[in-house]
Amino acid sequence: MALRAGDHSQVAMNGLKEKVLTLDTMNPCVRRVEYAVRGPIVLRALELEQELRQGVKKPFTEVIRANIGDAQAMGQKPITFLRQVLALCVHPDLLNSPNFPEDAKRKAERILQACGGHSLGAYSVSSGIQLIREDVASYIERRDGGIPADPNNIYLSTGASDAILTVLKLLVAGEGPTRTGVLIPIPQYPLYSAALAELNAVQVYQDNVYAEGSQFHSFKKVLTEMGPPYATQQELASFHSVSKGYMGECGFRGGYVEVVNLDAAVQQQMQKLLSVRLCPPVPGQVLLSMVVSPPAPSDPSFAQFQAERQAVLAELAAKAKLTEQVFNEAPGIRCNPVQGAMYSFPRVQLPPRAVQRAQELGLAPDMFFCMRLLEETGICVVPGSGFGQREGTYHFRMTILPPMEKLRPLLEKLSQFHAKFTREYS
Amino acid sequence: MALRAGDHSQVAMNGLKEKVLTLDTMNPCVRRVEYAVRGPIVLRALELEQELRQGVKKPFTEVIRANIGDAQAMGQKPITFLRQVLALCVHPDLLNSPNFPEDAKRKAERILQACGGHSLGAYSVSSGIQLIREDVASYIERRDGGIPADPNNIYLSTGASDAILTVLKLLVAGEGPTRTGVLIPIPQYPLYSAALAELNAVQVDYYLDEERAWALDVAELRRALCQARDHCCPRALCIINPGNPTGQVQARECIEAVIRFAFEERLFLMADEVYQDNVYAEGSQFHSFKKVLTEMGPPYATQQELASFHSVSKGYMGECGFRGGYVEVVNLDAAVQQQMQKLLSVRLCPPVPGQVLLSMVVSPPAPSDPSFAQFQAERQAVLAELAAKAKLTEQVFNEAPGIRCNPVQGAMYSFPRVQLPPRAVQRAQELGLAPDMFFCMRLLEETGICVVPGSGFGQREGTYHFRMTILPPMEKLRPLLEKLSQFHAKFTREYS
Repeated sequence: MALRAGDHSQVAMNGLKEKVLTLDTMNPCVRRVEYAVRGPIVLRALELEQELRQGVKKPFTEVIRANIGDAQAMGQKPITFLRQVLALCVHPDLLNSPNFPEDAKRKAERILQACGGHSLGAYSVSSGIQLIREDVASYIERRDGGIPADPNNIYLSTGASDAILTVLKLLVAGEGPTRTGVLIPIPQYPLYSAALAELNAVQVYQDNVYAEGSQFHSFKKVLTEMGPPYATQQELASFHSVSKGYMGECGFRGGYVEVVNLDAAVQQQMQKLLSVRLCPPVPGQVLLSMVVSPPAPSDPSFAQFQAERQAVLAELAAKAKLTEQVFNEAPGIRCNPVQGAMYSFPRVQLPPRAVQRAQELGLAPDMFFCMRLLEETGICVVPGSGFGQREGTYHFRMTILPPMEKLRPLLEKLSQFHAKFTREYS
Repeated sequence: MALRAGDHSQVAMNGLKEKVLTLDTMNPCVRRVEYAVRGPIVLRALELEQELRQGVKKPFTEVIRANIGDAQAMGQKPITFLRQVLALCVHPDLLNSPNFPEDAKRKAERILQACGGHSLGAYSVSSGIQLIREDVASYIERRDGGIPADPNNIYLSTGASDAILTVLKLLVAGEGPTRTGVLIPIPQYPLYSAALAELNAVQVDYYLDEERAWALDVAELRRALCQARDHCCPRALCIINPGNPTGQVQARECIEAVIRFAFEERLFLMADEVYQDNVYAEGSQFHSFKKVLTEMGPPYATQQELASFHSVSKGYMGECGFRGGYVEVVNLDAAVQQQMQKLLSVRLCPPVPGQVLLSMVVSPPAPSDPSFAQFQAERQAVLAELAAKAKLTEQVFNEAPGIRCNPVQGAMYSFPRVQLPPRAVQRAQELGLAPDMFFCMRLLEETGICVVPGSGFGQREGTYHFRMTILPPMEKLRPLLEKLSQFHAKFTREYS
């Protein structure tokens, strides 16, 4: 229990020493950090799940974790080929097994050759296994219509988050009016605001593009095609991850950053900074290698790989469309087209009395709404206040990831709750 | 190419904009960071390997990377059971394979049940899978003779380094004379100095006593602390036990003395215990800080703040690439612990494969399990080999005049002191190099042996050391140690 002001003398009288590390003595920047995706509403969701397990009666039988972009947690299956290659790398005895396709074995052997001691258990170089950085460079070249990518400008990382934090760390300098400022979108993924708070001063969804007429254009490609001076001087870092896309391999923490037009001395500094944490997790590096150099049409595993990949993306596209559709049928909920990524961010009308009640409770109005939603339906979404929004508007972020057969009922349940909530506070 | 002062006008004249991010505009704390274990000498070693691959003739046929505690890179084999369980978790189709023992399958199923969507691909909670934190708590209780451990005080991490950085981050506050100071041993594992530079905290050095096998002296702690109070606010004391690079294993009395000192002086204790399974010398024994703290009773047991760190990268496992580890916190303020959890949540979670390996390390096969015999045999073989290498290293180095090597009681390194002739010291200074860096660079160029100069770890002024791992394959180790000794003799003659 944290000590309040009056407690200090109590503590001294009891012969207790004050703790060295308290809210008052700890890093003040860390105190300012907020990360809504795993914030208070999720903590409450965990408590509710615990209560359900203990047999407490609720108006719902399960908590739906629609707060975080974790596809496999919501039932999406991993891509078979990726897991086959990784299993072969983890336990090379399996290279003798008849139950693995030849192309998976060849890819695993190629990777193991590139590892220290031919084992995933060795540290890699701090920027990631050279061979895999070359694979990433080839992927980027294919993606960008042949524009060259240099493996020396590619740094593998512990998920994209890690690389984003590293680059932000490099950028932070100055004091007071000269302190580094970073423009971030509102609404934003709250890693950015958290990182900037912690430091006391980002294109992950390339495979998740659903809407007709929408297409992913990489910043690197566009920059290069614009020619000088942009192509030759504009500094750029672009980030990717194995956590999203069709892969959904969040738990493996794989990703990379490609840097363009960086000062060479700064790049050396970046390499040095990365070396302190030794290296990114090697299993994540292996998965990334498979993602950027998947089976080719002539490979034995191609058909199954392609089918699985298409199925995942098609399902995500269908869920994106369904989400937009159902929410837009509800009065007081307005959902922009979900053109890509894994989320809807609908705007909700909240009656003035509800806003007032929230303020009395010291809660952001959309947090109040989301907490009530959670308590009454078990649906866990993240309030828009966690991502930022224009003053006087209210939103929530819901993933499109719940299983297809559950999604429509969930969306309707949420819409019905909103209607009920609106009536209650009118 | 970085721009020098005179270049700026050139740049402007060429119509080029200056870069936004340069040495001058970047984070000055990051510029001060040094990490010798992967520093300049290793970069040179990489270049030499490249040259060898291209067929350039050298006085050696391979570069020996004795700079980093990476056992598997040097040929140590992973423990079969660990990899079997992990493979089953990665690709659960294998649960139907006859080629995996039943106990491995049961352990894999148990873990998968605890994962979101029953897959390693889901994020875990930010402190790590609950079940695995419970396994870690059970391990700590067994290790510490029954003293309870609470899974809620255990945080899994991306290697121990990640957890150490997190705790240091929490501790850093104040400005100028109130800026957080952290006591670290000299010599130290340079993660600590690097982290303190990056966080702009104040590094406070306390010297281990080379004459007494790198013993830790409370009088020296007190000396360092008192001097530090002039210019910073010391808040934490770091101790590495077994030691890196020094390999000393602290006696229980020493640990008690450190705890009493930390309590009296109000210092947060950070115990880096990643080498707790690497104890070789007869008469040496690992005593966990948590155990000693608890057995000392109140007020220490109930009030002294402690964080202790462990990892899957060392021990008999050597699974460096998987980045698995944990920190156990003791007597932390509950509100601060919530802040720690919040901070961890931003990076989502530690890599799940590393969590799985950790689970196997802390709950290995029991004697009644099918895999026990092989597991035990492999484990003993690794530890016996490490012990033999530790002894051999100490022995061969101590045969060389001008090299003096303290007993390698534990961990994975020797940190011998080398005599360098004054003319060599001078030459080094002319080249702008630390004398032991000069020595190590020449060693690398002429023998291919890559070790890290003592200046990268800290040492008493006027003394020179290098850190060499004990990890090269047994059949190569003696020749390497002798080659190094011979090079030192030659180097000494050359500069006499």
